[in-house]
Amino acid sequence: MSTVIHGGTIIDASGQQQADVLIGDDGRIEAVAQNLSGDHHLDASGCIVSPGFVDLHSHLREPGQEVAETIETGARGGALGGYTALVTMPNTTPTTDCAAVVEQIRTLGKNALCEIVPTAAMTIDRLGQEMAPLGELVDLGIGIFTDDGTGLQDPRLMRRIMEYSTGLSKRLGRPVILAQHCEVEALSKGGYMHEGEWSAKLGIGGQPAEAEELMVARDIALMRLTGAHMHFQHLSTAGSVELVRAAKAEGLPVTAEATTHHFSLTDAACATFDPVFKVHPPLRTDSDVTAVRQGLADGTIDAIATDHAPHTAHDKEHAFDLAPPGMLGLETAFSVALEDSGLDLPDILAVMSWQPAIIAGLNDHQGVNVQPGAAANLCVIDPDATWTVSGQAMASRSANTPYEGRTLRGRIRHTICAGEAVVVDGEAQR
Amino acid sequence: MSNALVDGNLLGIEGMTATEIEEILDLTDIFAEISQRPIPKVPALRGQTIATLFFENSTRTRLSFDTAARRLSADTMTFGAGSSSLSKGESLRDTVEVIEAYGADALIVRHPMAGTAQRIANWTDAVVINAGDGCHEHPTQALLDAYTLRQHCGNLTGLRIALVGDIDHSRVARSNVLAFTALGAKVTLVAPATLLPSSLTGWPVEVSHDLNAVLEETDVCYLLRLQHERISEGLIPSIREYVTDFGMNEKRANLLPSEAIICHPGPTNRGVEIDAVVAADPRAVILDQVANGVSVRMAVLFLLLGAGRDLIESPTAEGNK
Repeated sequence: MSTVIHGGTIIDASGQQQADVLIGDDGRIEAVAQNLSGDHHLDASGCIVSPGFVDLHSHLREPGQEVAETIETGARGGALGGYTALVTMPNTTPTTDCAAVVEQIRTLGKNALCEIVPTAAMTIDRLGQEMAPLGELVDLGIGIFTDDGTGLQDPRLMRRIMEYSTGLSKRLGRPVILAQHCEVEALSKGGYMHEGEWSAKLGIGGQPAEAEELMVARDIALMRLTGAHMHFQHLSTAGSVELVRAAKAEGLPVTAEATTHHFSLTDAACATFDPVFKVHPPLRTDSDVTAVRQGLADGTIDAIATDHAPHTAHDKEHAFDLAPPGMLGLETAFSVALEDSGLDLPDILAVMSWQPAIIAGLNDHQGVNVQPGAAANLCVIDPDATWTVSGQAMASRSANTPYEGRTLRGRIRHTICAGEAVVVDGEAQR
Repeated sequence: MSNALVDGNLLGIEGMTATEIEEILDLTDIFAEISQRPIPKVPALRGQTIATLFFENSTRTRLSFDTAARRLSADTMTFGAGSSSLSKGESLRDTVEVIEAYGADALIVRHPMAGTAQRIANWTDAVVINAGDGCHEHPTQALLDAYTLRQHCGNLTGLRIALVGDIDHSRVARSNVLAFTALGAKVTLVAPATLLPSSLTGWPVEVSHDLNAVLEETDVCYLLRLQHERISEGLIPSIREYVTDFGMNEKRANLLPSEAIICHPGPTNRGVEIDAVVAADPRAVILDQVANGVSVRMAVLFLLLGAGRDLIESPTAEGNK
């Protein structure tokens, strides 16, 4: 059974062309040409055909917090958002810090509507005390290690992990990447939003921008010492963006991501006291938003990530201080990027598809150019369609979107994952 | 009438205009008079149930609201719980829905975390009154303070008010800055730099770190309570140093103009914010604040629950409850 995507404009890393795409039953692209036909027909007239998106930062909550999300529901949301691969964070229960949990996630991910790519923790149980078995995990193909949810506080242990990781690159076949959630807890403790004008007014404890920037600066210094490859997660402050810009100029092997919420929302949203706007790192100021957009525009930031973090309504129905941090992102990311990133469409596709695919080591089959022989991981985007965000209508088991009620431009029409049309006309097919 | 009251709740001073505040203070005069009667009780809220939800210990504020409710003939019920015990299992919303199911017409909410009264108001049809939410607001305290100032100093316009102490951790300070400046007073925050909010952008206040330099130009010296935990948090070196620089003692009281007054929201730390001898000074109006608290809270309850509702919204049609 073959599928043809008809009438669209293809945009990939090689440029733009008007052509149909024929996908064979082996899950690969058979032909890219005019007037192709196949068993199934997906209309793409007026639409953009792109390599599927790759999210470097998804919390799919399984195993452990299935009440908020599962790999199945998270991947369905991802597919609806145009994603064909989700890199999952290791703050599961139990923590993804050993072969058994990695295997469990991969097994659960086999039938998911996106490729599920687990990361593993840098330290046992993400406690920041003992190094996780990085070698054993590298042998399973794990290429990114992170204690995301917390930063690794101890600079001595961080240094050791960085050194150790450099010795594993040959086993992996590419550099091992350590991904850091930058937050010096001694400074952020007691803070539940960005420290500034709004936290002062609202009487909510603040996390200063420096809590993030100090760890970015520390890790950049340790990169020089160790030669490790680092990826900075969810950069949120102007100072962090500047530090990474300088590190790149220096030639250090560093990459960075920014979330959609850090270039579209500010701390002013917390004035509602609704913890749907509570997230770590916190929503920052207008000038930080501008700096993140600038970082995306000039290539300092390589990828837009979601930090998709589902929480049940029940868990969010607490005082702002007590509610868990995090917000949904997979189903809104592309539209928010189109509305608020300041990037042109081809640049958005770069930071949502082929650039993160390279960081995740997936670039032999994700984010690849649309050409014969390539794995068919694609999405078809209607850039002019508008839709109104509804948490309840999402595929996620949770509804904590900060964009509730907002009308956004740009909608994912079809998603093809490994040759299967998993989303057709905005509907998940299973 | 009051915008802040139109939606039927009192969540903060934020958003209230001078006129709106003054209307509440004018109404308070009536209840202050009632409180002076041999039988200080009126049937205004008979049959209504007022629940105090205190997620944080507070004897005084609770007693003040309770007294106000009883003087208006309302029934009262009490819910007390540590907020932490609610963090697992039952959510804040679950708790509120249970209290509402008992038939409460009004919820008076005290919580150690900012924004909780506002959140609760989204979940309930009952009237919500913020009795202090974390470091955010304590609107009835600001109203009773404004009433006390009006009583002793007349109009607040041009009044020079020094707010002294732990501004950053004080809901009283936030509400008072809003209320006092709305009424035209000139407010100076006096504190060590570590006890001021990290940003004062948009606050219509002056700032000083030198209490002695401010006192001669002060009509109202408002002292805030200092928590001992500020030392372990590394915000000040010691109580001793705080007292030396910011404690109100006899010598400092003598720097104040003779007609100035000294306020404190209570409970006072004798020998810390205020010396015993100053607390006994006739210029210290701390007990007037307490007494006025009951009258102001009667006025607020009457406005939100009683016939006072007619002043803030048109009566609902018959049978359209």
